[in-house]
Amino acid sequence: MQYEGEERRATFSVLVDNEPGVLHRLVGLFAARGYNIESLTVAETDHAEHLSRVTIVSRGTAPILAQIYAQLEKMVAVRAVSDIGRDPLGVERELALVKVRGTGTERVEALRVAEIFRSKVIDTGLESFIFEITGAPSKIDSFEELMRPLGLVEVSRTGVLSIRRGAQR
Amino acid sequence: MHLAPLTKTDAAAPPITGAEIVVRALLDAGVDTVFGYPGGAVLPIYDALFHEPRLRHVLVRHEQGATHAAEGYARSTGKPGVVLVTSGPGATNAVTGIVDALMDSIPMVVLTGQVPTHLIGSDAFQECDTVGITRSCTKHNMLVRRTEDLAPALHEAFHIATSGRPGPVLVDIPKDVQFGQASYAGPSADHGRRYRPRVEPDRAAIIRAVELIAAAERPVFYTGGGVINAGPDAAQALTALARAVGAPVTSTLMGLGAFPASDPQWLGMLGMHGSYEANHAMHDCDVMVCVGARFDDRVTGRVDAFSPGSKKIHIDIDPSSIGKIVPAEIGIVADAGRALQAMLEVWRARPRCNQAAQIADWWKRIDGWRARRCFSYAPSADRIKPQYAIERLEALTRGRDRYITTEVGQHQMWAAQFLRFDEPNRWMTSGGLGTMGYGLPAAIGVQLAHPDALVIDVAGEASIQMCIQELSTAVQYRAPVKVMILNNEWMGMVRQWQQLLHGERYAHSYSESLPDFVKLAEAYGATGLRVDHPDALDAAIRAMIDTPGPVLLDCRVVKDENCFPMIPSGRAHNDMLLGDVAAAEDIGTVIDDAGRRLV
Repeated sequence: MQYEGEERRATFSVLVDNEPGVLHRLVGLFAARGYNIESLTVAETDHAEHLSRVTIVSRGTAPILAQIYAQLEKMVAVRAVSDIGRDPLGVERELALVKVRGTGTERVEALRVAEIFRSKVIDTGLESFIFEITGAPSKIDSFEELMRPLGLVEVSRTGVLSIRRGAQR
Repeated sequence: MHLAPLTKTDAAAPPITGAEIVVRALLDAGVDTVFGYPGGAVLPIYDALFHEPRLRHVLVRHEQGATHAAEGYARSTGKPGVVLVTSGPGATNAVTGIVDALMDSIPMVVLTGQVPTHLIGSDAFQECDTVGITRSCTKHNMLVRRTEDLAPALHEAFHIATSGRPGPVLVDIPKDVQFGQASYAGPSADHGRRYRPRVEPDRAAIIRAVELIAAAERPVFYTGGGVINAGPDAAQALTALARAVGAPVTSTLMGLGAFPASDPQWLGMLGMHGSYEANHAMHDCDVMVCVGARFDDRVTGRVDAFSPGSKKIHIDIDPSSIGKIVPAEIGIVADAGRALQAMLEVWRARPRCNQAAQIADWWKRIDGWRARRCFSYAPSADRIKPQYAIERLEALTRGRDRYITTEVGQHQMWAAQFLRFDEPNRWMTSGGLGTMGYGLPAAIGVQLAHPDALVIDVAGEASIQMCIQELSTAVQYRAPVKVMILNNEWMGMVRQWQQLLHGERYAHSYSESLPDFVKLAEAYGATGLRVDHPDALDAAIRAMIDTPGPVLLDCRVVKDENCFPMIPSGRAHNDMLLGDVAAAEDIGTVIDDAGRRLV
């Protein structure tokens, strides 16, 4: 089958009309056709024009990703789609909240790692921190890895946000 | 759809009710017929229809019937079909026909009533989440919450349903929105602003495609429903181009009629029950020109063995169709008609060369496949063979102003094999979804659009019972549809698969109790006829055609006939099972275990 082959991760940035049900339609497309969703973020980004930006991270072979692109683009409520992970001008960022529990040297070490990652402490108790960190998804992955032996309790991630560099929309 | 020049919303226009807005919008979209069924949540719209003589409302007997009738109307006219049903069960009953229209790219606008906005979400009487249920089976849908949004929503619905790859669009209208008031403005270019699919082909790609075809030694045109949807001009352009190239033409089930079946270049339908010559030509060609078709699994057979040596040109109005199943060397996103016309112009501008000599050997091979006479069957002197019944139907109706619809199953494939269509829009069948019950309501929709034409539903005794209630609609509206039931008492295609794939274990595919179709027709006020001997068949078909009003012909055929040729599951195009070979082999063993899982 032509769908066999190397899989890659792709980030689709989708500008949609912010109308009722648009997210259901979009997610329904992925569910009905069996495409992966690794993360999904959505919020209204242009109130005057009723536009929302959806960033969907998916995974698939080249023909599957081409299908996803074409299927997204033909939706009536979709204004624009870009495969932003492949776009040299594409920027991807993610925000995470990371809870770490510990005392003594581990607690000090967690704080030092957080400093290196330019992460902010947004809550602290005698035995725990909550760190806020933004960056490329891979940076957050490494932060998690480093925090794991230092008492990582739980993580909440927003999923990827994306935009293009430069002056154009 | 007619688009008036851009007009701003005319706030000065006197306000009218939402229900009146619906009627005005339908008239402005050029609608003359609405297929529907009233209910609590659409009564204001029915009230507005009561005062509107320009809109003909056709009362069906089940909402599924309304959708198929609208499909028949749409496919035979090229205009969108319109459905009006109530909330809850009205909407859910319409879902099958909506999916059918989506799969077969039929332009359709479905208006559903909804409970008043203040009750939405409260599990009110006859409430269902119509837009939620239909989101994945419509091209687009919307719930209109304010009367002032209704006219733009309806105008956009017609634009979306009929532009690009056509499909069903549903507009859900709460009852209070129908009662509310707003000023009305007609359709304008503004309503098409949001959805503008590409229709013009890329000129450079057209030139490359023509060069590829010109260099081909074994070209074939593989065309589909997209050519029909692109209108009669597209069919003419296809015919002119294929004749100029001298290449053979085959088509999908949905594409029959775009290229004349009487033309010597016609190979017949391709696919699982297509012709031997069409499938072999597809397998062995060096350049395949796919126009408005989508490499459906019933067409390709085994994809990894599909036409291994050919370069593919794929023209489709839907970008997601290109490369979905089979990669194309040249993909062209365009309206089929415009692309074919552009190719024809480029072809004619080329220096003349001896194309006929270049593909002469190809035609010799095709003639060899044709000589196999793949549709032949063992005749019978005392029992009616279903193939014979369709052959006689063809012979006795050839040359007439004829439209054919079908139900789904063996009879549908035999109709596709033995009936010949020289024009588009004459053949209405449920291809993608394969909906039993499609044919009778579709025939009514066709007949109401073409009152003087001969409209025949080729049916099976199982399928016809799925929407038999529409016989009542046919009688009420004096739609003289003819229903020819090939009655073998089995769900024939199910029985055939059980024989071929499931060890001849015929689980629940035999109808132990069938109605007396003659009496059934009479009970509805139609005419019922029966025939069970080949010698009486011609007279029965003539009587069916000549008897005024709706007629149901119960044609008793051989019970265990199989539909051949057939690409068995898991096989390639050049590995077809032919009727005479199948009769000689142990039929239960021709498909292996792996193949069984594939379809």
